[in-house]
Amino acid sequence: MGYSWNWGIFLQPTATGDGTYLGWMFYGFKVTIALSLSAWFIALVLGAVVGILRTVPNKWLSGFATAYVEVFRNIPLLVQLFLWYFVMPELLPEKLGDAFKQSNPIVQQFLSSMVCLALFTSARVAEQVRSGINSLPPGQKNAGLAMGFTLSQTYRYVLLPMAVRLIVPPLTSEFLNIFKNSAVCSTIGLLELAAQGRQLVDYTAQPYESFIAVTLAYLLINVVVMFGMRWVEEHVRVPGYIGGK
Amino acid sequence: MHDFDWSSIPNALPFLWDGMKISLEITLSAVVFGIVWGTLLALMRLSSVTPLSWFAAGYVNLFRAVPLVMVLLWFFLIVPHLLESIFGFPRGSDMRLSSAIAGFALFEAAYYSEIIRAGIQSVPKGQMAAASALGMTYGQAMRLVVLPQAFRNMVPLLLTQGIILFQDTSLVYVSALADFFGAAYKVGDRDGRLVELLLFAGAVYFVICFTASRIVRYYQNKLKTA
Repeated sequence: MGYSWNWGIFLQPTATGDGTYLGWMFYGFKVTIALSLSAWFIALVLGAVVGILRTVPNKWLSGFATAYVEVFRNIPLLVQLFLWYFVMPELLPEKLGDAFKQSNPIVQQFLSSMVCLALFTSARVAEQVRSGINSLPPGQKNAGLAMGFTLSQTYRYVLLPMAVRLIVPPLTSEFLNIFKNSAVCSTIGLLELAAQGRQLVDYTAQPYESFIAVTLAYLLINVVVMFGMRWVEEHVRVPGYIGGK
Repeated sequence: MHDFDWSSIPNALPFLWDGMKISLEITLSAVVFGIVWGTLLALMRLSSVTPLSWFAAGYVNLFRAVPLVMVLLWFFLIVPHLLESIFGFPRGSDMRLSSAIAGFALFEAAYYSEIIRAGIQSVPKGQMAAASALGMTYGQAMRLVVLPQAFRNMVPLLLTQGIILFQDTSLVYVSALADFFGAAYKVGDRDGRLVELLLFAGAVYFVICFTASRIVRYYQNKLKTA
């Protein structure tokens, strides 16, 4: 094949003189983690609100929530990202848009990516929250209301404590997805893991080592998240349900 | 506030349509190859031959753990070179479309195989037992009894995955292949009308995917009541 393997490349100083190539990889790894975790946090909060709204007995609120979910689910992630990065600053009031465009490019890329991933994922989280609430027997809500709870008390004390525990397993796969989806953000120039892998190919001409290392890094994230979530799942399982104790 | 000017879209429609044809070509070929290869993977995963089921499990878990963007980059930057050096293809031949189709098909097969595996497992065990009792071999029972029932139940899920795949084809942007989104971006960039073209692309994707998912849901409800 005539390819000369050189795994030592990662320890060599970079062409731009800022540390080693391994340091570049590690920087990308940190960006991927920071981006995914912050977006995940926002997605959980927003997704919970929208998911609850989809189940409330008010046509306007549930209609709004349905529209929200449909919009974010039926436009490709890449298109959404470009809309946030290129279009949003133009549509904002001029002062705000200019302030955004004059800020540090890294901040611009990171903010756009975070908002995009968060809203994209929140629509998926909302669907899980909705199906969690709908999977509860209707008697639970009726019993709560019959006891004299208001609707919000019924949600707060009866429905949500159960629903939250039921949706942990499906949320695991959404959590894994957000790390994988963050790779899309390399297209607007954010130097996360996949982008660093590509840059390494350009600078070192060692494509196999670079791509294998990046792929392994994603596998590592995957394995850690899976074990972490398995631990959470075991602790929140509802006794008596399928998969429960 | 931005001054909208949509005038560059009508003239660009033929070019955008060419892009859409590429998106659809990638989607259709990847769906077909993905389902065929996914079915084989699902059968391997459920087979009693341990090396086969390990191979299938490893394949599926590997592809499901890696971002699609990474898989596409492998197929755009590395696999063509590999093929050039192994089979002696002329250097620099344009393999982007075939690479894209191969990348999507191999990636989606992992997701299809999980859907198909669940579909096969949802067919009651008695069906397989009855087929064996009638003297069918394992292959005959799978082909004539289990798979037709499994596929009937899986059609909505397979179609939904197809819609997701159609959305994901926009990621061939990383190879500068002019699919629908790539075409829209190029036109917007050329005319300095990126805002309008991106909004237009988003609207087109929304209309197509929303309509398709409504049709799938209608079909799903019909299947349920049948």
